[in-house]
Amino acid sequence: MLNTILSGDYPRSRILSVLLVAIFICLALGPFLFSGTRAFTTLGMICIFIVVVASYDVMLGYTHIVSFAHTMFFGIGAYAVAMAIGAMGSSFSAIGLGVLAAVLAATALALLLGMLSLRVKAIFFALVTLAVAFAFMSLVNQLYTITGGEDGLRVRVPRELGPAFRLIESDLYGFSITTFLSGLFTQPWNLGEVIRESVYNVRVNGRVVMYYVCFFFSLGMFLLMLRMMNSPFGRVLQAIRENEFRAEALGYRTVYYRTATVVLAAVVTALAGVLFALFNRYVNPENTLDFELMVFILLMCVIGGMGTMYGAVVGATLFLLAENYLQDLLRVIGGLVDGVPLVSGLVGPERWLLWFGVLFVLSVYFFPKGMVGQLRVWADARRRRRETG
Amino acid sequence: MSEPILTLSGVHADIDQYHILHGVDLQVPRGELTVLLGRNGAGKSTTMRTIMGLTRLRRGEVRFNGESIGGLPTPEIARRGIAFVPENMGIFALLSVRENMELAANSGPIDESRLEWIFRLFPPLKRFWNRSAGNLSGGQKQMLAIARAIIEPRELLLVDEPTKGLAPAIISDLVGAFEELKAQQATILLVEQNFNFSRRLGKSVAVMDDGRIVYTGQMADLAEDDDLQKELLGLSLGAHA
Amino acid sequence: MSAQYEMLDREVAQGFRQRFSQFREHRPHLFLLALMVIVPLFFMDLVTWVTLTVSGLAMGLMLFIMASGMTLTFGLMSVLNLGHGAFISLGAFSGATVIVFWMGDLAGSGSLGATMLALLAAFVFAMAVAGSLGLLFERFVIRPVYGDHLKQILVTVGGAIIIMELIHVIWGPNEIPVPRPNLLRGAVILDDAVPLIGGVAVETYRLAAVLLGLLVYAVMSWVIDRTKAGILIRAGVESTEMVEVMGYRIKLLFLGVFIAGSALAGLGGAMWSMYQEIITAHMGETLMISVIVVIILGGLGSIKGCFYGAILVGLINLYVGYLAPVFAAIATVGLMVAILMWRPQGLIPVIKV
Repeated sequence: MLNTILSGDYPRSRILSVLLVAIFICLALGPFLFSGTRAFTTLGMICIFIVVVASYDVMLGYTHIVSFAHTMFFGIGAYAVAMAIGAMGSSFSAIGLGVLAAVLAATALALLLGMLSLRVKAIFFALVTLAVAFAFMSLVNQLYTITGGEDGLRVRVPRELGPAFRLIESDLYGFSITTFLSGLFTQPWNLGEVIRESVYNVRVNGRVVMYYVCFFFSLGMFLLMLRMMNSPFGRVLQAIRENEFRAEALGYRTVYYRTATVVLAAVVTALAGVLFALFNRYVNPENTLDFELMVFILLMCVIGGMGTMYGAVVGATLFLLAENYLQDLLRVIGGLVDGVPLVSGLVGPERWLLWFGVLFVLSVYFFPKGMVGQLRVWADARRRRRETG
Repeated sequence: MSEPILTLSGVHADIDQYHILHGVDLQVPRGELTVLLGRNGAGKSTTMRTIMGLTRLRRGEVRFNGESIGGLPTPEIARRGIAFVPENMGIFALLSVRENMELAANSGPIDESRLEWIFRLFPPLKRFWNRSAGNLSGGQKQMLAIARAIIEPRELLLVDEPTKGLAPAIISDLVGAFEELKAQQATILLVEQNFNFSRRLGKSVAVMDDGRIVYTGQMADLAEDDDLQKELLGLSLGAHA
Repeated sequence: MSAQYEMLDREVAQGFRQRFSQFREHRPHLFLLALMVIVPLFFMDLVTWVTLTVSGLAMGLMLFIMASGMTLTFGLMSVLNLGHGAFISLGAFSGATVIVFWMGDLAGSGSLGATMLALLAAFVFAMAVAGSLGLLFERFVIRPVYGDHLKQILVTVGGAIIIMELIHVIWGPNEIPVPRPNLLRGAVILDDAVPLIGGVAVETYRLAAVLLGLLVYAVMSWVIDRTKAGILIRAGVESTEMVEVMGYRIKLLFLGVFIAGSALAGLGGAMWSMYQEIITAHMGETLMISVIVVIILGGLGSIKGCFYGAILVGLINLYVGYLAPVFAAIATVGLMVAILMWRPQGLIPVIKV
């Protein structure tokens, strides 16, 4: 059963398995384990970005195609649904049309990029996609009459996905892990009180419904891509990555496979973009198309571990937690060294990206396989030690 | 006989995952032309590239003038006095003939009298001095490649298959040039498939097969011995001699 | 008789057509440049055209200065430095520091000598800062990943993030206005009496940028064409191995080129800062797009190609920006896509792709 679900591709490391199960539980029960809007938003973003990063990993990790146009496809999805709703009013048929438009536009553009990449060396592909993505963003910025320009578009989701809608009339109960843990450490003698404080009411409204749409989409897409990467198709991609010439000599038209990969990644990301628009209810160039976002996706993929799929889960979760909470930590550290001129500048809360950049460069040098790859290396070493010793 | 200028002992080298040299032992005597023969894929070119440090030495030792040069960076090896003409000649096609020569003279400006001597050996180089080297014919490119190697006096010349793909008339020009170098007591290690060419030039000879040296001796002896030729090279000179 | 003439006509026409297609194939850069300059003439009056062309040249030459380093590092060692944009930003901030904070009085004085001194100091400082960082960048970020394009892309993107964050740390997160020196404000206006183009107004700074850009191109061409270092660079672009066989340490050469390229990126950034009169840490990122288009257009590794590519990008930006501002960025990238379809190796390729 598990073998079928995971397509025989297990985490292959005990620590990784524990981590993945923990992430799965936290996401599955998300709204019932973490209270507050900030946590809720972070959870939703993790679900969406797992898909975005996993689809990026299909290109980067499994095929060594470096594309900087991933955000473009994400933005296509987000803008397609936002513009469809803007034009037709908030209804599920508008969403359906948006999805259709997103898939078609993403496919067409990905095919175009794939064809272009036939003409140039693989290394150029990165540069070409970078330029094309930039042109796309500037077009979105310029055509403000239909895209809202830099101000972006507000997405009026159907009532069933909004806060006013109640799936279940009565509230359910949630148990806040964060409250519980902080209480456990600060006042362990008051366990009963701590537990009582940790319980909170969860109103099962349209937002929660929307969250679960994201969650199941994320789960389904992830398992689907995991399956594909462990299918003959995925094996060919890896063969192309290892030795394109040999794969071609074996009779695989590498061009088709590369193009198919780019299209696949583009469509999946566009769908993730659709969900982003519906979940975030606000779309602008900065949150969907920006180069910085593209770099973030790259960071998530590499730090998590390229070519492992699970790396996308770990990378996206870690990065989004860092983006949202590392700043708090740095604020605390910054408070300690306040007044020391340069140092306080380096550890200020807004400098979290600096440290992620350093972490990123170091991880490319020392852990090129990312966290997942490294955990597997350690697990293998342990297994071998046990067998020999 | 004086100590050899170059000694390879037990040299192993790989290209990617392929193990090419399996313990090459070779000595190049000072002041002579040594020919390295062998079938395609025997490892002759790799031996030369390993001497130059272009292919990484995995095991064994390369001694030049009594000092170990194995594992040194290529420029350092070159500066010690080894010039190398690779199989593809390594001409800078977008540079002019003059610029090619200026680069080759790595210790300073070109010595005019030596240049005159080279022009006598290879007259076309003078004619096309300021033309781009990419426009030269195959034979002229080979002349330029050899000229670059001798523009300054070097202690050892490594030349990889200079006759490859050249017309017979040009080959005889090259023979003349090599004869002149020999007359000047230059030390040369020549990889050659063309046995007729190498027989006229070589004093000592080594034959490689499958990444090892399988025969060393005097060229005169090998040229005499039809059976040995057949055994080592799979050809007989009887018809040509 | 008439039949004879007809044949002659046809021959002449054929000959012309042949020459034209030869010109297009052998001098694609000049062909494109001519096309680029002539076509807009049909859509605007001459005075506007002159103004736009000079401005386009100014922008193009600044882009050339920024892009030249990147194209050479790729040509020489096949190193793709996506962090190049960060050096542009760094140069802009360093130059602005001199011109605004350290020598603000000199720059504002209006005397020629003082202005020149301040500008020179700003440019030299920008080049020195960017160049020294280039040294560190090459040694610690790029050297460990020679020969691995994927890792190069990753670490240089990471390195760029670090540099940009450091800019934030040093200069603060806000935009910094960079006023031009007094002497370079305003515009040069041609007298109305000048036939055809009387009344043309060109900003003084753009003229100065064109002059400086041409000077840099001239110096660079001289170095590349005439000096031993230049011969080595061109030789290295063809074959690093043979350069080493001839006894030259290619890594040292590359380090030198990388430092020079970074310094030039810094110079370009400093020039750009006064052109835009405002700078942000992210300006390099945006400029990188144009830089990438430039080097793809020109053919990676080619200084001459880079020069023409940059001018083409500058011109198309200005012309389209005037005719249909919405499509300025699209036009630049469209130009790149079109060229890639026509000549995937770029206008003046030097390396075998």
